[in-house]
Amino acid sequence: MNILMAILTLGGMALIAGIVLAVASRAFHVEGDPMVDKIDAVLPQTQCGQCGYPGCVPYATAVASGEADVNLCVPGGERSMLAIADLMGVPPKEVEEEAAVPMLAFVREDECIGCTLCIKACPVDAIIGAPKQYHTVIEDHCTGCTLCVEPCPVDCIDMVEKEQVLEEWTWAAPGKRPSVPQTLHKDEENHAASTV
Amino acid sequence: MSEFALILLSAVLVNNFVLTKFLGICPFLGVSSKLETAVGMSLAVLFVMTLASTASWLVQKFILIPFDLMYLQTIFFILIIAVLVQFIEMLIHKSSPVLYQALGIFLPLITTNCAVLGVALLNVQQEQTFMTSALYGFGSALGFALVLLLFAGLRERIDKAPVPDAFKGSAVSLITAGLMSLAFMGFSGLVKV
Amino acid sequence: MLPALFERFGLNQLWPTGGFPGGVHPPEHKITADSPIIELPLPPQLILPLKQHIGEICAPLVEVGQHVLRGQKIAKSQGYVSASVHAPTSGTVVGVQDHAVPHPSGMGRPCLMIEPDGEDRPDESRAPISDYRNEDPALIRERIRMSGIVGLGGAVFPTFIKMLRDQRHPVQTVILNGAECEPYLTCDHRLMLEHAHDVLRGMDVIMHAVNAQNGVVAIEDNKPDAIAVMRGAIEAAGMDNVEVRTLPTRYPQGGEKQLIQTITGKQVPEGRLPLHVGVLCQNVGTAKAIHDAVCLGVPLIKRVVTISGDAVPNPANVCVRIGTPIPFVLAQCGLEDLNDVRLIHGGPMMGERLPRTHVPLVKSTNGILAFHRQSLYSEQAVEEPCIRCGHCVEVCPAGLVPNELAWHCRNDQFDRGQDYNLFDCIECGCCSYVCPSHIPLVHYFRYAKGQVAKIEKERAFAELSKARSEARDNRLAREQAERAARRSKVRKQHAPAADKAAKTAEKKTDEGKTGEGKTEAVKKEGDKA
Repeated sequence: MNILMAILTLGGMALIAGIVLAVASRAFHVEGDPMVDKIDAVLPQTQCGQCGYPGCVPYATAVASGEADVNLCVPGGERSMLAIADLMGVPPKEVEEEAAVPMLAFVREDECIGCTLCIKACPVDAIIGAPKQYHTVIEDHCTGCTLCVEPCPVDCIDMVEKEQVLEEWTWAAPGKRPSVPQTLHKDEENHAASTV
Repeated sequence: MSEFALILLSAVLVNNFVLTKFLGICPFLGVSSKLETAVGMSLAVLFVMTLASTASWLVQKFILIPFDLMYLQTIFFILIIAVLVQFIEMLIHKSSPVLYQALGIFLPLITTNCAVLGVALLNVQQEQTFMTSALYGFGSALGFALVLLLFAGLRERIDKAPVPDAFKGSAVSLITAGLMSLAFMGFSGLVKV
Repeated sequence: MLPALFERFGLNQLWPTGGFPGGVHPPEHKITADSPIIELPLPPQLILPLKQHIGEICAPLVEVGQHVLRGQKIAKSQGYVSASVHAPTSGTVVGVQDHAVPHPSGMGRPCLMIEPDGEDRPDESRAPISDYRNEDPALIRERIRMSGIVGLGGAVFPTFIKMLRDQRHPVQTVILNGAECEPYLTCDHRLMLEHAHDVLRGMDVIMHAVNAQNGVVAIEDNKPDAIAVMRGAIEAAGMDNVEVRTLPTRYPQGGEKQLIQTITGKQVPEGRLPLHVGVLCQNVGTAKAIHDAVCLGVPLIKRVVTISGDAVPNPANVCVRIGTPIPFVLAQCGLEDLNDVRLIHGGPMMGERLPRTHVPLVKSTNGILAFHRQSLYSEQAVEEPCIRCGHCVEVCPAGLVPNELAWHCRNDQFDRGQDYNLFDCIECGCCSYVCPSHIPLVHYFRYAKGQVAKIEKERAFAELSKARSEARDNRLAREQAERAARRSKVRKQHAPAADKAAKTAEKKTDEGKTGEGKTEAVKKEGDKA
């Protein structure tokens, strides 16, 4: 009798608990994975595919589902990695490939044959031109992903270092030597000599 | 009224669950690396512990004692705690996916958190009334939250501090926890419960 | 909040000297206080950066080889926040090229090079507005805008923008900033002594332009002669709504927000302008420039600069054409050899060390300090750990906690830094000055501010790239759909027989469907009946 009572009470309790949880899971149902958007937001959106996924959203999806590592984004560098590791709650991992200095694509126009292959390859529509016309890169929109270099049949696209301008200069951390361009003017010394 | 105040004070400071009774050490070390997650964990534990202590008191009073099922105490309490934890897990998943991700395995592990079960069992042992047991649960959770937040703040700071290489990481965290425990022993003369 | 609380209980006297909190009093070293302003000769070449102000860069109006007159506009402002550039003397434009400018980066900017012809012929197209009191304020403001006047205290913010007559925020008080709290610098001091009348008229122009009721000339009490001269000049001019206020000598008394707090007792709230508390603050040098522009028709082409420091044999206050190369100015003061000499652009507290010496003097240059390398403190100081003495907290005029802030900035925790109000830091250098551990606190804050701006910019670029990439994906999908539709159409035209067969098949199924629909409808009606 006592055993029966115990089974009944425990069973009853478990049933109530089950109903409560079923209702709660219906009420708090989560659509999709909100982590994807959050991870996507900290990626640099170069859509370069260096992570092995065809773009930033696919990589974010892969990270959120746990199948990709947090340290695959090369252009994002350490900062993206740290942000993703932080979101995922996993220990940070070193980014294996060193993020290069910001680059821009540049089309050598004399050699361009106007094949439009690079235009098709650009993930952010930063190359303009038409068939049989010179193509050129919109500097302000180029992410430096290098995806246009490979398709060019005449190899007329170079990756050039993004020119550093004074407006974008920021203070280096104390203790680190600031990067002062040492040869801005060849004739500076002559100037100094003539004016002093 | 002064009795309630004493219970609260005793649960938060004097008989702190983590630093004096050494219960709930697992989340104390597990989720204290960042202040944000520590806040989330504290709120979750506050919710679970308060409700668990009241619910377990009700179960004890109206089911276990009348039907003479005291030997099923542990399984009943675990059931209640598990339901509460599942519930809060869904709640957090819905409201804060980042916190959900950050708490990770430690969220479901509240189920087996000895502090939560401990407060339920202690309530029964000490034959508290409904109000005092609720207060005891709340106070204990508050004490847990207090030390968790303090510890998380300290760890965040230590993480960036120039610590000798041999002590980096968990070593210095454990030393910090020990020192905190010593400090909390100082409260032992505050009230007598 | 604390000052407000004090005021509420009538305890504002308890607040230190009724002004801003904190501050320091470094040794003054005002060795040039008694040397009159010397007019310097024209240099062999002038270098005029196209951007000497906060805001948009200017567009050159002249071509290489063109002859220009003194005061002729040679570069026009682009955008609202901008200030045009004028030729400091008559001569020939010999180049438009990148040249190093006085900037801590040592990098270059587009500059106009002018070779003076030595005749110094003026451009007389701009007539003086002598009767400015009866002139439309908008016209005066336009004149100030056209004259390329910027704040000469060092911030170089275009002056005309501050002189807006805003119905919602009327300006009650115009404050003329003659505090000159930086050590070594004496250019504003000498300007007040020698051109008191012009400075006051400039102030009168400003007061008329913004319709202010009263004016305050703020001078620190270490310049009693300037106070006496300004008082005399005010009396002589009969300006009864203007008073001279003596301020305690305390750095950074001349900071805009600090000065306003000392004089009016009001704090300019975070992220707001002095305009919002009914105050307009202008440097005495700016007032002189406004006088020259309005009453004489001369745009901003020269300014007074203090040349000082232990490496300068004859320290002096000099009146220099803007664009004069700094080595030329130093040579005039007896310093020829710039090896082993460190140049500081501005005062010793807020100024920046120049990594390059061959740079022009610009509108923001209020002082050039030359020191022997070994006498510069920052050359020898080695950063040591913070000992939490709290000195930096005591002296911070913005009420920040510099040691905590620097901790977060050092560890690249910029979000935390912003929680500690990183952007309220005015970079006055008080904290670095008092730190016994030689921690370059301000450097950390400058670094963090730069990083925050950089991150923000990268984020904006990422957003743009994302939008472009999404737009491209959408376009590709749409094109593909269109192509598919076209292809099926073409196929239909080419194979009419097959098409017909397909169509009849489709019709059949359609009919079947409609038939079913009908029967269902009938059924439903039947149910209803």
